[in-house]
Amino acid sequence: MEIFGVPSQALFGQLLIGLINGSFYALLSLGLAVIFGLLNIINFTHGAQYMMGAFVAYLCLNKLGVGYWPSLIIAPIVVGITGVIIERTMLQRLYKLDHLYGLLLTLGIALIIQGLFRNEFGSSGQPYPIPPELTGGQNLGFMFLPNYRAWVIGASLFMCLATWFVIERTKLGGYLRAATENPTLVQAFGINVPKMITLTYGFGVALAALGGVMAAPIYQVSPQMGADLIIVVFAVVVIGGMGSILGTIITGFALGLVEGLTKVFYPEASNTVIFVVMALVLLVKPAGLFGTQK
Amino acid sequence: MAAVIQSSPGQQVNNDTRHMRVAFAVLLAFFIVAPVVVYPVFLMKVMCFALFACAFNLLIGFGGLLSFGHAMFLGTAGYAAAHSAKVWGFTPELAVLFATACAAVLAFVTGLLAIRRQGIYFAMITLALSQMVYFFYLQAPFTGGEDGIQAVPRGFLFGVIDLSNTAAMYVFVLAIFMFGVLLIWRVVHSPFGQVLKAIRENEPRALSLGYDTDRYKFTAYILSGTIAGLAGATKALVFQLASLTDVHWSMSNEVVLMTLLGGLGTIFGPIIGAAVIITMQNYLAQLGAWVTVVQGLIFVICVLAFRRGIIGEVANMIRKPL
Repeated sequence: MEIFGVPSQALFGQLLIGLINGSFYALLSLGLAVIFGLLNIINFTHGAQYMMGAFVAYLCLNKLGVGYWPSLIIAPIVVGITGVIIERTMLQRLYKLDHLYGLLLTLGIALIIQGLFRNEFGSSGQPYPIPPELTGGQNLGFMFLPNYRAWVIGASLFMCLATWFVIERTKLGGYLRAATENPTLVQAFGINVPKMITLTYGFGVALAALGGVMAAPIYQVSPQMGADLIIVVFAVVVIGGMGSILGTIITGFALGLVEGLTKVFYPEASNTVIFVVMALVLLVKPAGLFGTQK
Repeated sequence: MAAVIQSSPGQQVNNDTRHMRVAFAVLLAFFIVAPVVVYPVFLMKVMCFALFACAFNLLIGFGGLLSFGHAMFLGTAGYAAAHSAKVWGFTPELAVLFATACAAVLAFVTGLLAIRRQGIYFAMITLALSQMVYFFYLQAPFTGGEDGIQAVPRGFLFGVIDLSNTAAMYVFVLAIFMFGVLLIWRVVHSPFGQVLKAIRENEPRALSLGYDTDRYKFTAYILSGTIAGLAGATKALVFQLASLTDVHWSMSNEVVLMTLLGGLGTIFGPIIGAAVIITMQNYLAQLGAWVTVVQGLIFVICVLAFRRGIIGEVANMIRKPL
């Protein structure tokens, strides 16, 4: 069976890889957007924190014998705590300054973390096994679907939608959105805004770490795994515009698919297609697909 | 970046330029005398990066625009100079001119896109665009991929002066460097530069005064990219090499770091910053990944405690802009 002259197995295979990449784009850009909403800081450390998540899982398995499932909980908590420490000790001092300083500071932290991990573990990737419950796959007739990949797409979609639900449909999310609009007024109502900011940063970072754990069995665990990814995620964020949580999620998945399709039809451009899309979106709608220009 | 730069004395309109002349003379004298004690190729490297950082600083320090993609200009001009000198047999001055023009064109095209957003978005867009340029060079046949373009001939300047002679090359680089730095100083102190500073301090007000702020920012972006290209072209001739390192985003980080360390919005800060960072890389080269860690630490320290940078602090002490 062929579609547009491409064997359907190859087409669906690439689309699946696209969806997987899209899951990570969505998880990471969602974390970035949540952090940006409240802190007005673009978290350059996000890629490094994604990598830390993968390494926590890797170390849990190899040093402590703790498997994949507990790591899914442990890694986000551990990395989230480091995020809280970073926010309390450093980021907090920058809120009154130009937002660009936040970008520079988090870039510096990312360089430190990546350098330290490279010293400790070298540049080469370490393998991480797929959890035994999820090995194998399903034959869907038109393609073969590995169980683990199906789980990653499902879990990431679930986490994204849960985050959307909490922010848009609960009281806590209401406080969060109010504090995004006017932190001083929200504080006057007796809500501890600084604490909320800290926890928001911790939560955004934890999402990145969760992405890292899920990525560990698919890509190899290496100190550089987040460094290039974060640039693509920045482009995703520019395309989506950070105004809307749901918009960010949709953009993430959609761009993963676009990338997958490009791999099938014009593989030379698969590395650059997201940047090209970004350029086009900037020409047509500078604020991003779901954004509003201030 | 307005928050800090307002407090820095480097920004005041100051008609007293005598101390600036002295400072330029000291700079020139230093680079004339230094080859006696310091390895000239190292000094040429410092000058190339210093000019690169000065070009970057024109955009952030005086225009308030943080570009995270300046490596694309450095690298593009490097490839253009190397290719034109090696394959097309251009003389060095033509190769440098051609390469600088290529960087200008790239700045024009990317500027049209990037200038549509401000602040953090501008930084992310320039970063993404330069990553796109990086992947282009990674795959384009003429760049030699991971190997780069090696053994670029330095050639004969104006067809006469042999630049494979280190002393001649040194004078050539010094001339370009001084030209670039003086050009930036002239731009900053021109009416154009004053409008640019007004935009950095308060864009809506500049707009309401009737300045087409987008056009000013666009022009500053092109100027900055072009001068960065001049630095890249020179660097390619000095090292007789154009490689992917110069286009990679870590190069963009480095130029941000040099400028931040030396002092945003000062004329001499980026030069000192470049000298410090290049020296540091030279001494720490054996330590591998620790260089990254040290760079990260400098970023963190500069942002948290040292936002004026080295020259900014000095300028603050002597109460004169530098």
